[in-house]
Amino acid sequence: MEIGLTHYLVVSALLFSLGVFGIVTRKNSILVLMGLELILNSANLNFIAFSKFKGLNIEGHIATLFVIVLAAAEVAVALAIILNIYQNYHHIDVDEINKLKE
Amino acid sequence: MTHETLLRISSIILLLPLAGFTGIIFFQKKLGRAAGYIGSSILGINLFLSLLVAYQKLAFFSDAGMLQWKFDWLNLGSHSITIGIGLDNLAAIMLIVVNLISFLVHVFSLEYMREDIRFPRFYAYLGLFTFSMLGIVIANNFLNMYIFWELVGISSYLLIGFWYEKDSAANASKKAFITNRVGDFGFFAGIMILFFTYGSFMFDDIFSHIGEGHIPFDSGTMLTLAGILLFMGAIGKSAQFPLHVWLPDAMEGPTPVSALIHAATMVAAGVYLTARIFPMLTADALLFVAYIGAITAFIAATIAITQTDFKRILAYSTVSQLGYMIMAIGVGAYSYGFFHLVTHAWFKACLFLASGSVIHAMHHSMHHAGEHHMDPQDIRNMGGLRKTMPVTYFTFLFSTIAIAGVPFTSGFLSKDGILAGTMAFGQLSGHWFIAFSGFASAAMTAFYMFRLLISAFHGQPKTHIAAHTHENNKLITVPLIVLSILTFWFFYSFNPFDGGSGWFYQKIKTPATVVQAEHQWGFFVPYESVRSHSAACCGEPTANSATEPSHNHHKEAHHALNKYEEALHHAHLPAMIISLIIAGLGIFLSFSFYQFKIFNPDGVAELIRPFYLLSYNKWYFDEIYDASVIWGTTTFAKILALFDLYIIDGIVNLVGWFTKLVGHFIGWFDLYVIDGLVNLTANVTAFFGLVFRKFQTGRIQAYIVMTIIFAMVLLYYVL
Amino acid sequence: MLFDFVFYMFAVIVIVSAMGVVFSKKMMYSAFSLLFTFFGMAGLYVLLSADFVAVTQIMVYVGGILVLIVFGVMLTSKITGVDIKTGTIGKIQLTIGAITSVIVAIILLFTYLNVEWMTSQFQIEVSTTTHFIGFGLFTEYLLPFFVAAILLLVAFIGAAKIARRK
Repeated sequence: MEIGLTHYLVVSALLFSLGVFGIVTRKNSILVLMGLELILNSANLNFIAFSKFKGLNIEGHIATLFVIVLAAAEVAVALAIILNIYQNYHHIDVDEINKLKE
Repeated sequence: MTHETLLRISSIILLLPLAGFTGIIFFQKKLGRAAGYIGSSILGINLFLSLLVAYQKLAFFSDAGMLQWKFDWLNLGSHSITIGIGLDNLAAIMLIVVNLISFLVHVFSLEYMREDIRFPRFYAYLGLFTFSMLGIVIANNFLNMYIFWELVGISSYLLIGFWYEKDSAANASKKAFITNRVGDFGFFAGIMILFFTYGSFMFDDIFSHIGEGHIPFDSGTMLTLAGILLFMGAIGKSAQFPLHVWLPDAMEGPTPVSALIHAATMVAAGVYLTARIFPMLTADALLFVAYIGAITAFIAATIAITQTDFKRILAYSTVSQLGYMIMAIGVGAYSYGFFHLVTHAWFKACLFLASGSVIHAMHHSMHHAGEHHMDPQDIRNMGGLRKTMPVTYFTFLFSTIAIAGVPFTSGFLSKDGILAGTMAFGQLSGHWFIAFSGFASAAMTAFYMFRLLISAFHGQPKTHIAAHTHENNKLITVPLIVLSILTFWFFYSFNPFDGGSGWFYQKIKTPATVVQAEHQWGFFVPYESVRSHSAACCGEPTANSATEPSHNHHKEAHHALNKYEEALHHAHLPAMIISLIIAGLGIFLSFSFYQFKIFNPDGVAELIRPFYLLSYNKWYFDEIYDASVIWGTTTFAKILALFDLYIIDGIVNLVGWFTKLVGHFIGWFDLYVIDGLVNLTANVTAFFGLVFRKFQTGRIQAYIVMTIIFAMVLLYYVL
Repeated sequence: MLFDFVFYMFAVIVIVSAMGVVFSKKMMYSAFSLLFTFFGMAGLYVLLSADFVAVTQIMVYVGGILVLIVFGVMLTSKITGVDIKTGTIGKIQLTIGAITSVIVAIILLFTYLNVEWMTSQFQIEVSTTTHFIGFGLFTEYLLPFFVAAILLLVAFIGAAKIARRK
């Protein structure tokens, strides 16, 4: 069976599921962030794959680039926030940061 | 001077006293005595202007009919209510009468009211009254006239009750106002009939419509009714029988007020109104007017004979003379009726002011003597004032001679004309009672006026107070002199025996009736020949005027030559002779009773005791009204009160009880149902809150799980 | 055949290393697993003829984001303590997370496998995409490009501000 669109999509789907699992189950906020990166990468893979199998139009590539830029920005801000949380709580466990409840 | 200018000056004459009123009423304290001088000078200017206007009007616009301004006051859709001012010969002469008497009263009051604490307010009210009266005079429509009619009513009320500390004054002012309301109701109803029919308040519009044969509800009876209703206003205002009872009581007001309002001007407004509506009065209405006048003249004269209060005698005399004027207009002696209004205004104002002078002097004398319980107005306390107050005596004498109808006085000219008119009327229509009443009243007038003169001024002083009176100062005597001079004949006619030859009679011509011939006395309808001539001169087709007899006459207000005028001319000589004999008889009797004591008045009174009592008690009018109208009204009011107490209050209480019941029910409903619902809602919400709080862990990851699950569910349904 | 082999190799690298990221007990292992995931992704991009994106992936993710994450791990963890571990988690939460992600995987796979994707038949062979991407960014996508640039700038300034706040 020739490698087609579906193969890439399956990889992307697995990656996405792993990312979701990471976000949901992990306690440490930096690990949550890593799960997020996995999800973003799965989305990027879809963009590139569809771009390739739709006759190589450039839009998918440009969207991917923007996602990468946003990911960089997001990580920068998220890490800054995590550092702040650490300074206040002396840990970074998301399930104990439940001030939202009150 | 154009007629525009004349109207402009007339409106200034109207508004100046109003300005005086507003100016004085708001600055009473500050102005103090200056208010009197301000008021008097305003009236002085007014007098000058009105003399100017009247001269211009009578000399140059005498035949122009009514000069008028009309302007729309209200526009109600297609209808518009037009008001305006108008000036005809009648109004021009009335302007002089009102302004001159008002001016003299203003001057007189400077002295008479000097010590009154509400001196400025008195002048404010006088200004208000003058304004209102002038408004009636220069009205050219019924609406204006009605408005000012009520305004004179209120100013009269204020002035009668000026000394409101006295119960009698307060009651008298109420009585005057309420009695007037009765008449005004009729007046208003009459105006409404006319407005409903013609859609206009203007005299000339209404008269021309009637002249064209449009009459209210197409019925001559309704036209008569409208005339009589309008005349009811005059009955009230001019104190005619049966509404004359207020005028004698109105003497509770200050004497200058009595002179101005209740002798010369306001009470003459009724006569003026009757003169205004004269053209539209039908035969029946005229007869009604004439009888009312005759009855009033007779009754009032009989009452005046036995009264002892100085001002009350004059008040009944006024009622009687007003009856004379009304009677004159009713019988068609229009010019003489109005003439009598003017001449009467002078001498009656003079008599009242003289009485004021006497009362003032008596007051001062009482003050000096330390006497406070005597009645300064009772003629039984006077006597001999001729020597202490000569100026007052002579002016009073002149006026008395004039009112008694002695030749060479103005009163003779006008009274003679009226008597001739009643005789002519009796001759043509058969109603001789009117003429009889006129002559009888003339005799009685001469009698009681000389009785008053002799009792008050002749003989020996009856009390030490009267003996120590002094003549008043110039502020009081000058107005008296001015007014008494005006009682001479030559101001009105050079022939002292024929008023008809004077300028006055030439200027005030009887307006032709506009009522159709079938509703009018035959002798008032103008001759056919005159009609054709008049029509021809105005360039109207003769045929047209022949088919519509009175169509062309109302506009010109020309002197109507008819059968009545001829009869009146012929009746002059007999009337003059009879009236001379009768007046002489009255004066002779008066002197023999009171001056020379040939007969004993008390003995005669005993002899005809029932008549004496009837007269002394004013024909029991007040008692009759008390027993009928007032008792009826109060009883009705009591019945209403009972009705109110048991039925209305019962209903109200029932409603209240019911409301209370409903209130209880609503309270219960509120407590259990509404509150229950509210609590239920709250409980349900709290329950769901408890349930949903479980989901609100505050953990981001739990939220994410839920987000993903629901996103998946959504996705599943979409796909 | 070679192409297929290379694809499967990279696919396995990506999936296995992603599982390493998610399941490893130690944070540093997760971070290093993530490195392999990013490399694997870059390889897949190359196979999809997205050379520029592949290079960008390595430069930005490996050179930038991953370094940041490692710094973050080291700054917020007591190196010597137990906290360097990912930390234990409740069994219930673990189960829920597992079920959720399995459901997600099933739905996604089901969708991807059952949809007839409209694929173009002709394949355009190009040596490099860099030229087209550069052209596109400075013509049609100029505005998003600038917006992204400004966003990045703002994000970095904001991050610096937040991190330095004391």
